Amino acid sequence: MAHALADDQYGLVSPLRQGPVLEIRNLSVEYVLESGIVCAVDDVSFDVAPGEFLAIVGESGCGKSTLLFGIAQLLNPPAEISGGSVAFKGRNLVQLTEHDLAAVRWKDMSVVMQSAMNALNPVKSVGAQFKDAMRAHGVTSKEEIQRRSIEVLKMVGIDPVHLKSYPHQLSGGMRQRSMIAMAMLFTPELIIMDEPTSALDVVAQRSLMAQIKDLQQEYHFAVIFVTHDMSLVRHFSDRLMVMYAGQVSELGPTQQLFDHPHHPYTAGLMDAFPSIRGPRVHLTGIPGSPPELARPPAGCRFSPRCPKVMSRCETTPPPDYQVEGTLVRCFLYDAPEVLSD
Amino acid sequence: MTELRTERESQSVGPGQEPLLRVDRMSRHFKIGNAISRRTLHAVDDMSFTVGEREIVAIAGESGSGKSTVARVLAKIYKPTSGEAYFQGKPLSAIRSRREKLRYSGLVPMVFQDPFASFNPVFRVSHGVMRALKLHRPELTGAQRFTEAVRVFDAVGLNPGAEVLQRYPHELSGGQRQRVGFAQALAMRPKLILADEPVSMLDVSIRIGLLNLMKELRDEQGVSILYITHDIASARYAADRLIVMYAGQIAEAGPVEDVLAAPRHPYTQLLLSAVPDPKAELTVGPNTDRGEPPRVIDPTPGCRFRYRCPLAIAECHSVTPRLLELSPGHDVACHVAQSGAEVHAF
Repeated sequence: MAHALADDQYGLVSPLRQGPVLEIRNLSVEYVLESGIVCAVDDVSFDVAPGEFLAIVGESGCGKSTLLFGIAQLLNPPAEISGGSVAFKGRNLVQLTEHDLAAVRWKDMSVVMQSAMNALNPVKSVGAQFKDAMRAHGVTSKEEIQRRSIEVLKMVGIDPVHLKSYPHQLSGGMRQRSMIAMAMLFTPELIIMDEPTSALDVVAQRSLMAQIKDLQQEYHFAVIFVTHDMSLVRHFSDRLMVMYAGQVSELGPTQQLFDHPHHPYTAGLMDAFPSIRGPRVHLTGIPGSPPELARPPAGCRFSPRCPKVMSRCETTPPPDYQVEGTLVRCFLYDAPEVLSD
Repeated sequence: MTELRTERESQSVGPGQEPLLRVDRMSRHFKIGNAISRRTLHAVDDMSFTVGEREIVAIAGESGSGKSTVARVLAKIYKPTSGEAYFQGKPLSAIRSRREKLRYSGLVPMVFQDPFASFNPVFRVSHGVMRALKLHRPELTGAQRFTEAVRVFDAVGLNPGAEVLQRYPHELSGGQRQRVGFAQALAMRPKLILADEPVSMLDVSIRIGLLNLMKELRDEQGVSILYITHDIASARYAADRLIVMYAGQIAEAGPVEDVLAAPRHPYTQLLLSAVPDPKAELTVGPNTDRGEPPRVIDPTPGCRFRYRCPLAIAECHSVTPRLLELSPGHDVACHVAQSGAEVHAF
């Protein structure tokens, strides 16, 4: 069964067969509230290979952003990691002190936040913010800071004159690009992106996605890309992780998930997007809404909305099953060979 | 040009009949800058369109294209700088008295984008509906108001309405709150709902439900909806007609299937090529196009898309293209398309 599977199950289909840059094992994050404990991330395990593009999709409240903050150790009370480990290049970040973390953050692992308007300091020019980040990591030479700042802005296709610009003088796309430029100041091995394109228009969005992919191929950093729009990452991610109510529903190669979604939730999400091509069909979406994490359903968390629900789904939480190279948390795949495993 | 369009409109709504809403050469400009540099932002420029009875018209465009400004002018939050809009044949500028304004905002209510910011957290959700009923339908007694509130809550799929009415906003999901927004609008027995990005803050699995609700409201309650969105796929799903806006002007307008199957304006083509479509292969788009918004501050004459348009000709730099009907009901504002040439920009 699930727990008996080999430890490398989470990285089986990584495109590069090297040691993973990030190993997450049984990570749980809880919000400790007066009204009780809300488990926003529940026992999540996966690997990220060097240079891999891993997309995490899910609806709001599924814990995808909390997971990212848990990985980057950016959680603030009442949220806290209640179990599991986050091993970045072999070091468990959960146990590091704030001082040790500060050395890792931005240099080896950087984060691009959802809203660049809020992530950038409105009263400092872009260049000044780049300078801050570099000086915090011990780069003091003015020439070096200037050279690298110009370099990263050029990488993302912004004219270096904008080093003197303030965030409000830039368009939404340029702000997101300059956030990505800032994340690349030290060419980290892992960039975590939390819906970086959600505030952009489709044209800008597609152009930014293409650019992230180009940069990634050139500089070989790994990307964890969180989004609620799975059609966006269809052509860009190597693997796709679908989260529902704090748990991983399905994890596998992107192409395969789109061609043959195994989990009923993944299948439902695929059918929730109206298309601009083909016949105009009536869609139903997924009935109901995601559960409140303070009181999750007893068995499978998707069972109240699932079109293929079985009696045991309502009482027993399903384990992970390995189906054709994807990991699926659903009793539908409780085939005899899995049981005998 | 005006004659030409007026002719077509009178055809599309039947001879001599006024459409529910007719916007005629409406512009809305904003003054920006200070005493030294006075500049004008042309949020909406010279826009004309109609909305008929029982019709969902989608206005699609990127942020900054002026689509929300259109809704706000129609909601009488802003006054148009020039031009006029006619609702049931009556000009909006003639709606002046408090009573008339109240009547108008009941017939043409607005549903806002953010279901998390548009409710007062300290009141039950019944507060908004009851207040709307009290203001807009003073003839109802307290008991009738409650019955009516339950009816509209049930109509938008918030069942059981009587129970949901007693909840606080934080007890509802985003999708449910947005349904409350529609219920509030519906309580006033509207003719036209101005829906400004009503689903963009919602999760994908919930969005379809709201889009289906809009179609139900059209089919069952006979309400028209001006659906403002940046998501062209959802516009196709819900709307009858589509208006594509670029930089404050209409680039292309027509029946939604006509526009999407055979887009004639280069911008519409760019927009369609950029829509992520998991069912289609990745189309390699123009890498040079960064999707930067256009200049609408003190714009010079000429097509506003010309800086991004690969097909731009000399005329595009000097003459603003007019919106002309190129095939029945399908209007395009593009010199190249109007010259009769095939447009394959993206």
